[in-house]
Amino acid sequence: IGIGVVIRIIVCRSSNPSDWSELSEFLLCASGDLVKVFSTSTEECVHVLEGHTGQVTGVILNPTNHLQVYSCSADGTIRLWDFIDGILIKIFVCGWPIFSIYVSEKHVGIAFITIHMEKNFQLVALHLPKVPEQEVEAREMSAVLCNISSNPGSTAMGRGGEYVASVMGRQLTVYFFKKLKTYRFSLKATDKKGAKNAFTCVACHPKDDCIATGHEDGKIRLWRNFNQKKEYTYSTQHWHHDAVGTLCFTTEGMHLLSGGVESVLVQWHCEEVNKKDFLPRLGGAISHICVSPDGQMYSTSHLDNKINIIHCSLKLSAVIQGLVKGNIWTDLMIDPRTRALVMNGRPGHLQFYSLQQDKQLYSLDIVQQEYINQEGLDQFEVMRAAFSVGGTWLATVEERGRCTSDLESSLKLWVYNEKAQSFELNTTITAAHQDRIMHMCFSPSTETTMLVTTAWDNQFKVWLLGLDSDTQKEHASWSCDYVGSYHGLQPTNCCFSSDGSLLAVSFKEVVTIWSSDTWELLTTLCQPPGPIRELCFGRLSCSKYLLGTTAKNLFCWNLLTCSLEWSTPMDVCLLRSDPLSENVVAFSLHSGNTDLFVFRPSEPRPLFTQKAVCGGKVQRCVFSPREEPLDSCDERFQWLNRSRLYFLTELMELLTFSTKAEDERILNSRKQLLVDDSVAVTPFYLLLGKHRQQQEEKQNSGVSQAADRVQPPQASVAIKELLHTPAHVLPAASFLCSMFVNSLLISNTGSRYGSLRFC
Amino acid sequence: MGEFNVHRVRFFDYMPSAIRALAFQPQRERIAVARTDGTVEIFNRADCFFQEKVIPGRQQAATEALAWVGDRLFSAGLNGEIIEYDLDNNKTKYTIDAYGGPIWSITSNKQGTHLAVGCEDGTVKLFEVHEDRIQFERNLAKQKGRIISLSWHPSGSKIVAGMMDVIHIFDTETGQSVQRLLVDRGVGTSRSQECVVWSVVYLSDGTIISGDSAGKVKMWDSRTGTLIKSHQVTKWDVLTLSVSQDETSLAVGTSEGHVVQFQFLSMVLGQEDKEWVRTRTFKNHTHDVRAVLEVNTAIVSGGMDTQFVVRPLLDKIDERGQASALRNIQFPHRRLVSCARKAGLLLFQYPGHLELWRYYSNGEEHICCSAVSPCGGWIAYSTVASFRLYRLHCENNNVSIIKVSKLPKVLSSANQICFSSDSSHLFVASTLLIFYLPSSSQGSGQAINLLAASEDGKWLASANSDHEVQIYNLNKMKPHCTVPVHSSGVSAMAIHPTTNNLFMVHADQQLTEYSVEKKQYTDWSRQVQRHGLHSLWLERDTPVTNVTFNPKNPAHIVLHDMYMFCIIDQTLPLPDQRSQFYNQLTLRSMPEKERKKHSHAFKMCKIFKELLFVELMEDQSLVVVERPLMDITAQLPAPVRQKKFAT
Repeated sequence: IGIGVVIRIIVCRSSNPSDWSELSEFLLCASGDLVKVFSTSTEECVHVLEGHTGQVTGVILNPTNHLQVYSCSADGTIRLWDFIDGILIKIFVCGWPIFSIYVSEKHVGIAFITIHMEKNFQLVALHLPKVPEQEVEAREMSAVLCNISSNPGSTAMGRGGEYVASVMGRQLTVYFFKKLKTYRFSLKATDKKGAKNAFTCVACHPKDDCIATGHEDGKIRLWRNFNQKKEYTYSTQHWHHDAVGTLCFTTEGMHLLSGGVESVLVQWHCEEVNKKDFLPRLGGAISHICVSPDGQMYSTSHLDNKINIIHCSLKLSAVIQGLVKGNIWTDLMIDPRTRALVMNGRPGHLQFYSLQQDKQLYSLDIVQQEYINQEGLDQFEVMRAAFSVGGTWLATVEERGRCTSDLESSLKLWVYNEKAQSFELNTTITAAHQDRIMHMCFSPSTETTMLVTTAWDNQFKVWLLGLDSDTQKEHASWSCDYVGSYHGLQPTNCCFSSDGSLLAVSFKEVVTIWSSDTWELLTTLCQPPGPIRELCFGRLSCSKYLLGTTAKNLFCWNLLTCSLEWSTPMDVCLLRSDPLSENVVAFSLHSGNTDLFVFRPSEPRPLFTQKAVCGGKVQRCVFSPREEPLDSCDERFQWLNRSRLYFLTELMELLTFSTKAEDERILNSRKQLLVDDSVAVTPFYLLLGKHRQQQEEKQNSGVSQAADRVQPPQASVAIKELLHTPAHVLPAASFLCSMFVNSLLISNTGSRYGSLRFC
Repeated sequence: MGEFNVHRVRFFDYMPSAIRALAFQPQRERIAVARTDGTVEIFNRADCFFQEKVIPGRQQAATEALAWVGDRLFSAGLNGEIIEYDLDNNKTKYTIDAYGGPIWSITSNKQGTHLAVGCEDGTVKLFEVHEDRIQFERNLAKQKGRIISLSWHPSGSKIVAGMMDVIHIFDTETGQSVQRLLVDRGVGTSRSQECVVWSVVYLSDGTIISGDSAGKVKMWDSRTGTLIKSHQVTKWDVLTLSVSQDETSLAVGTSEGHVVQFQFLSMVLGQEDKEWVRTRTFKNHTHDVRAVLEVNTAIVSGGMDTQFVVRPLLDKIDERGQASALRNIQFPHRRLVSCARKAGLLLFQYPGHLELWRYYSNGEEHICCSAVSPCGGWIAYSTVASFRLYRLHCENNNVSIIKVSKLPKVLSSANQICFSSDSSHLFVASTLLIFYLPSSSQGSGQAINLLAASEDGKWLASANSDHEVQIYNLNKMKPHCTVPVHSSGVSAMAIHPTTNNLFMVHADQQLTEYSVEKKQYTDWSRQVQRHGLHSLWLERDTPVTNVTFNPKNPAHIVLHDMYMFCIIDQTLPLPDQRSQFYNQLTLRSMPEKERKKHSHAFKMCKIFKELLFVELMEDQSLVVVERPLMDITAQLPAPVRQKKFAT
């Protein structure tokens, strides 16, 4: 087996242009350089259409064949896919980076694309040649509109492809294909009330000649009679308080859907303009709305990497939540229980993101206040978070008023409730420190539960779970045990040794070592110049070493001798140790790119280096323990055997190292989710036929065994289908019982973390 | 330029009354406005919406509706009477009782042969229009409940009547009701209340559009009697509808103060199928919109907040200019204040009384004009029926007033009154003749609406609503000459005290100066015509209502409109298009020498609130009568409550 290390981009589902399949069965969505096909009923990704080498900028169904989809990309190609089977049909090479794509039934064999040409963006009609070869050069193009916006939402095809409408600045341009005539309509810069009149998006009515435009001040204008220079007319509707983000007409043109920063889906009735329905609290700002061709389903995609699938009666039917992108203040953490990645999610929340399944498990509301979707407000945010070793305790710090001087902050401690299977608030300490809390960590020792916080008020505080009071153990709460400081200097980092007996706290250039039993200052280490940036103890056999970084050097102290073991001149911006091995990873920024080094504190020679892992600075990183160790024999990749490294780039892309074998396995597990087309899909089939088939496969060849095993029990197909099938079509319970129980059985090799999370 | 002592006068509590009805005469482009106090005003659309005529009202006349038949104007009111107006002489011609109780609506058919009135007792009465009178013809089938609104089909064979909860279509030949359309009531609490069909419109294609108190505008097919479409326009009442001449646009006035436009558009471009689509909303009123009109290029509306709003439809107008400006007419385009320059007295004219530092009051008829003599010894006023002159004695705060009894019999009523500068003569513009004390002279065709006497008592100028300006020689008691007719009416004029030049300001903001002695335009006037006025001056939307002269500096002319007052210095060069027009502040910051270069003839001053009157007194002090619009709105009843965002 050839093992090669691939840097795999896990999550970068960007502001996703998406489209629906004919029967609103699948949702297609551009995600990085992939196109993902989601099943709307199961919310699972059934296919990943891979092939583009640049960001996918548009996905649109082939108007003449609804089983095919066009996707365009910044790599200058348009690809035609069969999304049911996930097969690439054709590649049209255009040569120019494409920013958006529009097609219409009337213009067969022509795709309208936005490209950057002659210093502005142009809409051009690209002739797609009909040749048997898979890869075709498509060079025959003619300009339709010049100087348009690159935003895909600011251009739309009109009724039956008769015309195309585009907005830019304060001008609406309508081009009629038949008459070859362009009409331009301008709005004044501002009206008397100082409203911002600039256009933000446009949509065309599918049956009538009516164009809807969204504006920066939140107004929606409905234009009619736009084939006249003067006698055009529009009506104005106003609900959004901020810019209208996107507009979309439903398939029959009965409703107009709009969304924006408010995160409310507004459904306007075209017949009765005053009537509107709302679906609020959908997530982040709505960036894109699309409607399935049969009009049954709407989908909204949000800036926080979320897709909501909404039934046309405005009921939320499914949520596809990716890794929430946004401001990350907390470290990346691994929840020891679920092995989920934990970081800032929705505003005021922590998200628990399963890296194995590439989806969000749940979101924990830390702030517990309604978030107001409006720019420029100062609202509480989760700034720090830390897990105790077993994952029983979670400490969070939330803050408000960072920009202004009146800082409000509170330290919250959460305990994991086995019964409720979630974290519950145990203690809230308002204003735990006088100033901002910079760093905190739990003691790794199992005897005591101890938390250390460092803050800008020149103190570090030790918090203990108090059992001293006469109350019962369940009501035990946290209190401050010790306040430490060192010469009035500002503490930055703190770190416990692996056995929890020593605490290292860095005060500017000085590292102080404290005994965690007596809170006695044992020793100080200092290696000027420059303040200490990162601090980290070695693990396992290297636990006597303490690593520290400054702007110029990486130091390694031996705590037995209290002397410097080695140092190397290197600008390390991030340092993390693997909890399951001696390995330490260091990221260093070098001429715009980040280099990665893996080493052991005991030997200054790195085990593995990778130059230019990514462009820009790496923001956060974390080691995630593997469920089962790899047995890679290649010495260079042995550091990947126990844990996996995830890191977050400046562009908020989460990257990881993986081997080829792993990738194949993931692909296999995904294929299982596909429904075989050859058999009629009835609930019975889904429940039984499929399951039997799998069993047969298992008996025939043990190939898929490995893939099956990695599935946590709750993802088992049988249970899922059992839970998703309406009760009235289920077979008798006695019939299902044995199958159900069988599926719950976990083979012995399963990891000790595995827990059942369904009720 | 000089400094003035300013007397700011704010105790003139002028309160315009609410607009109740509007009617448009398309041939002569006149708009008739009926106010709740019975006043009828005529605006000329072609002449920048200048208020040409004012027919004073009466206390009990609650005018509900107006109708034009050709050039003739009719009104009907809740007192049950139909009035025809004499537009030449600005008074009622005759009154006819309809004998059907209060009248809610009156409309004429397109042919101009009949008038229909809708009465409280449930009858629609048809009147035949004869040359000099109208004659009752017959009643249409009597219904239960009052007839609120009426509309003729353009062919004249059918008439639609809006009632309570129901709309009836009558055949005018047989007089029978041919269709009965039931109108839904509102939802919720308003379900128990009757739905009032405030307004109906019958279109030539057989569509009936109704506006009702449930806030809906409904389109009906009159042949089948079915509802085609219903638009919920407001939560409150839809009060008035008006369709444009070509029946492609419909304006709807609501009690929220909004005017909503509907347009008859084809849903698919290039196809014949058309639908009424709600397009624009205009929010120019704060209170109920009681009347709305679709004039070709604008939507005219008026209501409880007393404003007369002209909202231009920019898609119908080719170029920017006078026609494309939003007009908001709040004050009358004539003087309500007269000033005794020498004695320093101010006379305020209210509809029902006069105030000279508040002491005079009058009966039920409204005053149409008034004047105080420059010496302060005389007051004259006229109602529609009578003319009165009073002798005034002011000594040490003791004011005594004596009615002058022996007036000539011909002085039955007056349109305009003016005293000569030495107070020895009184000029009265009556219907056709000009009288003055003690002898008389001859006048001309239309009713005179402006008079100006010269300082030396030799000349008298008069202007009428046909834009004609006549000059009389008072020494010879003969017409002296006629000023060439300008296309726009005169809104203010005065004769210069030293040069005897007649200075006129027109409704389209043009300025002319006419030398009375030489019988020709002065050089300055020709220069203005040649050079053209600054665009900012021309874009002002209120006419100048008073012209006076600075006694100390004969080259200075003082003018004012509602928003500004201005001193024109005839010695300075005229501003050209590029120069800064409002440059008083920048001039002040410049050194003395440079000021000359940048100054121009127009010295504008906008520091005052809405102006009713500005006059320069003998002692170089400026009397400014302000009437802030805030005070007027404060006196209006509370508008319907509306939820505002973020409140």
